[in-house]
Amino acid sequence: MNGAQKRQSVLEGIRAALGAGGADETRKKTVRKRLKSPRANLVPERARKGRAARLELFTGMLEGQGAKVSHASGLGDVPEIVAAYLRGNNLSAEFRTGSDEMLAAIPWDKTPSLTRHRGRGQAGDGVTMSRASTAAAETGTLFLTSGEDNPTTLNFLPDTHMIVIRAGDILGSYEDAWNALRKTFGARALPRTVNLISGPSRTADINQTIVMGAHGPRRLHVIVVG
Amino acid sequence: MAKNKTPENKPHVGLFVTCLVDLIRPSIGFASVKLLQQAGCRVGVPQAQTCCGQPAYNSGDRPDARALALQTLSAFEDFDYVVAPSGSCAGMLKHHYPELLGDDPGTAGRARAFADKVHELVSFLVDIRGVTKVRARHDGAVTYHDSCAGLRELGVKAQPRQLLESVEGLTLQEMEDAEVCCGFGGTFSVKYPAVSNAIVEKKTANIAAGDARCLLAGDLGCLMNMAGKLSREGKDIEVRHVAEVLAGMDDDPAIGEKQS
Amino acid sequence: MKPASRAFKTNARKALANEPLQRALGGIKHGFVANRAKARAALPEFDRLRDEARAVKEHTLAHLDLYLEEYEAKVIEAGGQVHWAPSADDARETILKICRNAGARTVTKGKSMVGEEIAINAHLEAAGIKAVETDLGEYLIQIRGEPPSHIIAPAIHLTMDQVEADFRNIHKDLPPERILDEPGQLVAEARAVLRDGFLAADVGITGANLLIAETGSSVIVTNEGNGDLTQCLPRVHIVIASIEKAVPTLEDANTILRVLARSATGQECSTYTTYSTGPKRPGDPDGPEEFHVVLLDNGRTEMLGGEFHDMLRCIRCGACMNHCPVYGAVGGHAYGWVYPGPMGAVLTPSLIGIDEAGHLPNASTFCGRCEAVCPMRIPLPKLMRHWRMREYEEGNTPAGYKLGLKLWAFAARRPKLYHALTGLGAPLLARFGKRRGRFRSLPLAGGWTRHRDLPAPQGKTFQQLWRAREKTP
Repeated sequence: MNGAQKRQSVLEGIRAALGAGGADETRKKTVRKRLKSPRANLVPERARKGRAARLELFTGMLEGQGAKVSHASGLGDVPEIVAAYLRGNNLSAEFRTGSDEMLAAIPWDKTPSLTRHRGRGQAGDGVTMSRASTAAAETGTLFLTSGEDNPTTLNFLPDTHMIVIRAGDILGSYEDAWNALRKTFGARALPRTVNLISGPSRTADINQTIVMGAHGPRRLHVIVVG
Repeated sequence: MAKNKTPENKPHVGLFVTCLVDLIRPSIGFASVKLLQQAGCRVGVPQAQTCCGQPAYNSGDRPDARALALQTLSAFEDFDYVVAPSGSCAGMLKHHYPELLGDDPGTAGRARAFADKVHELVSFLVDIRGVTKVRARHDGAVTYHDSCAGLRELGVKAQPRQLLESVEGLTLQEMEDAEVCCGFGGTFSVKYPAVSNAIVEKKTANIAAGDARCLLAGDLGCLMNMAGKLSREGKDIEVRHVAEVLAGMDDDPAIGEKQS
Repeated sequence: MKPASRAFKTNARKALANEPLQRALGGIKHGFVANRAKARAALPEFDRLRDEARAVKEHTLAHLDLYLEEYEAKVIEAGGQVHWAPSADDARETILKICRNAGARTVTKGKSMVGEEIAINAHLEAAGIKAVETDLGEYLIQIRGEPPSHIIAPAIHLTMDQVEADFRNIHKDLPPERILDEPGQLVAEARAVLRDGFLAADVGITGANLLIAETGSSVIVTNEGNGDLTQCLPRVHIVIASIEKAVPTLEDANTILRVLARSATGQECSTYTTYSTGPKRPGDPDGPEEFHVVLLDNGRTEMLGGEFHDMLRCIRCGACMNHCPVYGAVGGHAYGWVYPGPMGAVLTPSLIGIDEAGHLPNASTFCGRCEAVCPMRIPLPKLMRHWRMREYEEGNTPAGYKLGLKLWAFAARRPKLYHALTGLGAPLLARFGKRRGRFRSLPLAGGWTRHRDLPAPQGKTFQQLWRAREKTP
C-alpha cells in the first residue's frame, strides 16, 4: 500500500465500523458546526472568581506546585525584583530574553547589575525570562506562545526560568485563556507551540519522591505586573 | 402485586438464599428471615432457586448463566421483593441479569422488572423498609469490610454501619482500606491462588492491626476467604456475617470455628 | 517486544517473591491513590467532568473519520505532514524512513505508550540509529533493557539502590567515588547525561495525549519537560499517536485535561502541557524544520462500534492500575506486555490476541475499583468479562476448569437434583469438618487450602432446614 491507500484503508475501516457513509451530510454538518463555534463544556466554579480572588488562586496554585510568585506594581519595579531574586538564590545576574516588547519596555538600566542577553535559549543558559500571553488561574497555569518574542527554548533549557505576566492577562479558566489566544491568532489557528506551564520541572520517577528540575528549569519565578 | 399482600398489607419478600449460605452457613439465612420479619415483611423461600449463575457468567459461559438467570427469574416472579444476604449475588440479579437477558426482547422486559425488585439485605432494611435500629446486643469492638459488589454495584456503605451503631454494646472500629478487595473474586481465588493469597494477606494484616476482635461483612464468599486466612495465620478473630449480629443470632460458632 | 502474557502465573509468582518490587508497589497507596483522592475532593465538579469527558470522547468516536480528516487538513495547512499507519509495521517503517531521510544518527524520545506498542526503539536500533529515552523513568528501564511496568510511571518497580547500581554501571565516565544516595543526586546525574543527548539529536519523537481537530495541534503532558526538549531542539519532530486520541476542539481538550492529571498523579494539572502545531514558522528562532504525525490504527478500527468500543475512550492515566488489587500485588511486568493492569487486561487481547493474552482478563477479582476511578467511565470489568466470553465461545477456556463448570452448571440448572446433592454433601462435609470447624486441606480444593483454611459447613443446608421448619406447624 502507498500512503494514500493506507489513509484510505484506515478511514474506510472507521466508516465501516461506524456504519457511516463518507457522504453522510448530517455527520459532516455536526462536525463543521462544532469546529466552527467551539462550545465550552463544564467550567469549574473556581475559575469564575473576581479579580482579587482570581489572583490569589493563581498565586496559591503556582506556589503549591513549587513556583515563586512576586508582584510588581509596574514595569519599573521588575528589575529590582529580578535582581533581588537572583541575589537571594546566589544566581548570576545575567539572563536571556526574546524580543518581547513588554520585556523590552522594562527599564533594565535602572539596575545596572543586571545583564540582559537576547535570542533563543542556549545550552549553557543559567537564567532566562519570558512573557506569558495569558494565564488560567484555575490551576495556576501560564500560557506561553512561541516566536521571536518568546522563543520556546527559553522555557526549557535554563536552570531558572522567570515569567512575567500582566495581572490583567491572568484569566479564570482555560476557556478564557484560549479565547484570548483566539483573539490574537484568529479562529482555528495557533502559534507553532503553546506551552502551558504550571511550575518548575519535576519528576517522581525515583522512589516515588518528587525532585525539582528533572530536565527543564529547577526554579520558576513568576512576576505579576500591575 | 396486590394479590401477594397479606391482609395486613405486609410485602411479600422472596429470600434469595445464595448457594454459599445454603450450603455452608444456613444461620445467615435464618438471621435474614428474622430481620425481614422484624421489618414487617412476609418471607418466602422458593425451592426452585440454586445459584445466581455468577460462576458461569464470570467464566464466560453465557448459555449456562442465561439459563440460571431465567430459572431465578421464574422462581421469584410472584414476590414483591427479592432480597439476598449478599451484595455480590444481589448485584448479579439486579445489574447483570438485565445485561445477560437484554438482547432478547422476550426476556429483556422481565429482567428489568425483576431487577427493580432486587435488593441486598441490609440496604433493603434501611433504604426500603426504613429500619433505623435493631434489637440486638453484641459486646465489644467489631470492624466491617466493604465487599466490592455491594459497595460499588449497589452502594452498600452507610446502611450496615447505621444499623451496627444501634446494636447494644457494640463499637465499630474502621480498619484501613476497608473498601479494598479481599482477593476472593469467586473463581479467581482458585484460578490464581497465589495472587489471591497476596491480596488477602494485606486484608488480614489490616484487620489484625485494629483492636476489633470481630470481623463482619455482608458476603459469605469474602468472609470465608478472610476467615480461612485469619485462621491459617493463627489470628484469633471471630468472623461473622453482619446479619447474624444485627439479628442477635451470634450464638452459633463463628465462620470456620469449631462446632460445639 | 515478544509478549510474555502466557506466563502470567509464573510471572506473578516471581513478582510476589520480589521484595524490592513489593516495597515499590506498597508506595502507590500513599502516593497516586491518596493524591487522586485529594485532587478529587478539591474539585467539586470532578465527577461531572468525568461524565463530560466521556461524552466528548463518545462524540469524537462517532465522527472519528471526519475529525481525523479535519485534524490532518490543519496539520498540512500548518506545514506538517500526516502519515497513516494501518499496522505497527507501517508505523515503524514510516518512522524509520523519516529518520533516514533526515540522515539521523541519534533520536531522542519523549514517553510514548504507542512507541512501546510498536517497539520503535528496537526497530531504529536495528537500523543503526541510536534511540535515547528521555523521560527519566523510561531512561531507567531502557538502560536495563526492560519494558515499562506502569503506563505513567514506567520504572515504578525499581528502588533507588537499583537505579544507583545501574547508573554506576552505565555512566562509566563519571567519577566512581561520586555520591548517589538521594533521589536528587540521581536525577541531577540523569539530567546532565541526557542533556547531551538532547543537544545531539537529529530527530525527536514524542507521543500525543490529544490531537485537536480544530487547530491541528497535538498535545503532550509531562512533568519533566523532556518532551519539550525532545521536540524543540532537533531538526525533525515526529509525533506518533493512535487514532483515538482525536478530540474536536480546544474546549474538549480542556475537559479531558481536567480529569487526566487528577486521575493520574493527583496533580491539579501536569507541570507542562504543550500544544504543537506544525514546524518552525517564518521568524521562529527555534523549533523543528520538519513536523510529521504518524497516525496509528493497529487494531483500533476493529474495536470501534464493537464489544470493546468503550476501551477507545482510555486516556492512559493509569488510575485503574493504581487502584487494582491484582496490579498492586504483582506489578506491571507480570502482565507480560506493554499495557498492564485493568486497562491492559482489556486492551492487550485486542492488540496481540486473546490466545496470547488470555490470562489477563481472567486475572481479575472483578472488584470494580478500576471502573469506579476511571475518569472516562470505562466499564473495565464488563469488558474483561466480554473477553472471557469470547474465550469460552472459542473453546479456549482450560479443559479441567470447563469440565468442573459444566458439571456444576448441570446440577445448578436442575433445582431438585441440586438440592438432593447439596442436601447429601453439606451434612457429610460438616461431619468431616466438625472437629475443627474448618479444613486445612481438602481434595479438589488445593487452590484454596494451599493458602488458607476452608470453613466447614454448619450441617444441613438452609433449604433442608427451611422445609423442615415449614412442615412443623
